[in-house]
Amino acid sequence: MVRFAVVVFPGTNCDFETERAIRKAGAEAERVWYKTSLKDFDGVVLPGGFSYADYLRAGAIAARQEIMEEVKEFAEEGRPVLGICNGFQILTEAGLLPGALRPNRVPRFLCRWVHLRVNDVETPFTSLYEPGEVIRMPIAHAEGNYYINNPSKVRIVFQYSDENGNVSEEANPNGSVLNIAAIANERGNVLGTMPHPERASDRFLGGEDGLRLFKSMVEWARR
Amino acid sequence: MFPHEEKLIRERLKREPNELEWAMLEVMWSEHASYKSSRPWLKLLPTDNEHVVLGPGEDAGIVKFDDETWIAVGIESHNHPSAVEPYGGAATGVGGIVRDILCMGARPIALLDPIRFGPLEKERNRYLFEYVVKGIADYGNRIGVPTVGGETEFDESLDSYTLVNVACVGIIRPEHLVHSYVTEAGLKLILVGNRTGRDGIHGVTFASEELSENAEEEDRSAVQIPDPFTEKLLIEATLETVYTGKVKALKDLGGGGLTCAASEMAGKKGFGAVIYADRVPLREPGMTPTEVMISESQERMLFAVKPEDVEEIGRIFDKYELEWTVVGETIEEPRFVVYWKGEKVADLPIELLTEVPTIEWELKPYSAEGPVETPDVPFERAFDLVWGSPNILSKRWVWEQYDHEVQGRTVLKPGRDAAVLKINDEYGLAFVADGNPNHSYLNPYHGAMGAVAEVVRNLVSVGAEPLALVDNLNFASPERPEVYWSFAETVRGLADAARAFGLAYVSGNVSFYNEIANRPIKPTPVVAGLGKVKLKAIPNGGFEEGLLIGVVGLTKPELGGSELFARLGVEGGLAPRVNLEEEKANANGVLEAIRRGLVRAVHDVSRGGLAVALTEMALNGVGFTADLSKVPSEITNPIEVAFSESHSRYIVAFLEENLEELKSLFKHFAIIGRAEGSDAVFLWNGQELLKKPVSELRAVHESLPRLLGEEE
Amino acid sequence: MKWRVTVTVRLKEGLNDPEGRVIGKALRNLGYAVENLRVPKCFEFELESEKPEEEVEEMCRKLLANPLIHSWEYRIEPVR
Repeated sequence: MVRFAVVVFPGTNCDFETERAIRKAGAEAERVWYKTSLKDFDGVVLPGGFSYADYLRAGAIAARQEIMEEVKEFAEEGRPVLGICNGFQILTEAGLLPGALRPNRVPRFLCRWVHLRVNDVETPFTSLYEPGEVIRMPIAHAEGNYYINNPSKVRIVFQYSDENGNVSEEANPNGSVLNIAAIANERGNVLGTMPHPERASDRFLGGEDGLRLFKSMVEWARR
Repeated sequence: MFPHEEKLIRERLKREPNELEWAMLEVMWSEHASYKSSRPWLKLLPTDNEHVVLGPGEDAGIVKFDDETWIAVGIESHNHPSAVEPYGGAATGVGGIVRDILCMGARPIALLDPIRFGPLEKERNRYLFEYVVKGIADYGNRIGVPTVGGETEFDESLDSYTLVNVACVGIIRPEHLVHSYVTEAGLKLILVGNRTGRDGIHGVTFASEELSENAEEEDRSAVQIPDPFTEKLLIEATLETVYTGKVKALKDLGGGGLTCAASEMAGKKGFGAVIYADRVPLREPGMTPTEVMISESQERMLFAVKPEDVEEIGRIFDKYELEWTVVGETIEEPRFVVYWKGEKVADLPIELLTEVPTIEWELKPYSAEGPVETPDVPFERAFDLVWGSPNILSKRWVWEQYDHEVQGRTVLKPGRDAAVLKINDEYGLAFVADGNPNHSYLNPYHGAMGAVAEVVRNLVSVGAEPLALVDNLNFASPERPEVYWSFAETVRGLADAARAFGLAYVSGNVSFYNEIANRPIKPTPVVAGLGKVKLKAIPNGGFEEGLLIGVVGLTKPELGGSELFARLGVEGGLAPRVNLEEEKANANGVLEAIRRGLVRAVHDVSRGGLAVALTEMALNGVGFTADLSKVPSEITNPIEVAFSESHSRYIVAFLEENLEELKSLFKHFAIIGRAEGSDAVFLWNGQELLKKPVSELRAVHESLPRLLGEEE
Repeated sequence: MKWRVTVTVRLKEGLNDPEGRVIGKALRNLGYAVENLRVPKCFEFELESEKPEEEVEEMCRKLLANPLIHSWEYRIEPVR
């Protein structure tokens, strides 16, 4: 069975439910303290939370911990690396994904279910979605306002949209460039998403649209 | 401390306590730590039944959810600190209650924050409101405990003040329960977490005094800087130590600091403790033993472990990079001894710290009730006033700042009658808090019963069987005879209502001396309730096209303390009475209807009456047409029917085929209309009272940011 | 008269500064011999005023700082 590491930094707080969602998607998952080695894993997930309490900049201090060298090797070897929310922030701070996540346009924390338009189904994380499909997941962040000076170079995976899939200004919850909610690296094996797929992996909690992301990832890692 | 208490201490000790001893006695004999004025009355509360594992007396209560799962629950107030420094005060309040749950060995899984302020028209009140919310959000979000609800209210009587209450639940397996007391001598006491500074010195004595008008300038020492990062590490480290089975006792350091934690831990079962105060890691140079012993620096916990286990437990703290120190040990002799650099600096019989005599203050009844005429206002004006009231407006602005989804358990999100947290694949835990100071002011006894009744209705409305209660009693100075009387009446009401429902209080908190500039607050009992719900059976909260709308329960002319009267500036009137028989019968009827699948949606009727309850259901679905003349009632005034806040009422929406069976469950039940269209339509005998598009009502409902001067 | 104002607000000496502690430690982990790192907040703005010192002092007291826990200092220079 394929095994995923769910990396726990001091202040990470979405590790348990992320581990649960990966297991539900059919793989083994293990919470791994950030001082532990990542060998023997097939993929890495950096879950959400407030690593180092978001002090300085969200993700900045975690991105400079030793374990990130191993995460970089995973990325270079083409194995799956998923960053959710704070994990996305860490990936940009570590230079594994382009751009930066600025404070929200309305500068405070925002927890809300949003609609997303799936823009790229060619990544290991999105193969079970339909192109242009509209899905629902919750966001929960204070610094999720994605910025990049040349957005045409970015592999956009999810965009904030309305329920009909229109990528409009009104549907943009945080001011992100081009309503960007999730991006991948050029090769597709590193994904950063501000919305939380692990919180949309149970029908009693509001839907299972996020579970398909983990299922895609697990299926891909198996091959 | 009062002069007669100082005298008593000298008599019992047979000598004059030294400076350190006085300081420790003062914090332990404060109202906040000793409950000396409230204990004589709290005895009245029922605290035991088949659901209760652990009642009041430790840091949190414990309720049985099923054979493998217990729930720890507690409630706290952080009123004074929040009034002087709203951000830090509210945040450290969250930290305190979370550690209370944690130190039972439970993982904290949800928070509720009932918060109250003065009117938003004033800049100072807006400031308090915005920073209290930010403080709760920044702390709760960072420690990864979802804030899933609470109440937010505004009232003239709280001008320039705030009541910040916070309730927390945690989940625990029976084998992991840790008590807050030791049952043996020779255990090492480990202090872990933040370093100790001068912050919060005399916090408990501060919480037991009224604030003067210039409190903000005076009391820097009473304020603490929140450190959610350390708290989150404490949560994970503590649970890891608890799972070793080697933690013998555990307490958090809150009010009264190390003195309170160590003396209560050791003294409860008759043991003593020695503390080497100079070993406590300090943040500031030059601190005295007195400062060390009573500091209220946050994010600290005290563990009792066997000497041979110290190293193993310490390694867990090291992993989380938490500073830890053995600061003392438990001893056979029931004394509390403090050393400072090898010298004995305090030596007291431990019961002198932990067994504080009660005080019974003078009681004097008051009557704020009296018959008043309901003003003759047009229906639409009454509706607009109530629907646009900040107390009725959606609190989305508040709860969207809270991470209410973290931990992946939140089935019912904020905005519904109660939050529901998924506990296993079949069952959820419902959690809600309510209080109504306007009712309590008019009639403390019925106001308190009403708070319990509303909690029960909110639990029932989401399909939950009530399990247990906790109470947080916010009052002014008990030295005022009217206040003390209202307190006694409140406890009587809480006790009677809980008994009628077969419920027990498993934990609670009393906050006295809530006054500013010599002005007492209204009696404000806040009750939080837990319930157990089958996830598949949770009804909706909104209307679906074509459903019939029924009203359960009798509407009486009870507008005293209502939102309508508050908006119209009408004082007096009669507070709603709780008919415990009917309240219970209707709760059972609604639960039975949900069990049998007879209803599609349920909503309780409370603040703002039927008019508000119906309109809220339209926001969560389609519009409605409702004829208020059909509501079970003897009243002939549409305004009174629409805005009365009588208890024991619910609105249900259901399929016509279930009508007969549903009807048979209730004594008072009537169909008042149908869910349909995109308008809210109120009729009286078929004549239109009001018709408004739901979209327009939604815009008003979501207008809280505008009141705060925000665009969006 | 128009002024350029720089206000620095910091936690009073002796108060816990968790943010400073965490960032200081992160720098030490990177190998720098950093000690006592604190995180003050800095505000820059222009101000039209006849009595800038008095007004800036008032701003600090009323909003920018909490006199309970913060100390502050400011620089006021004329805008040319």
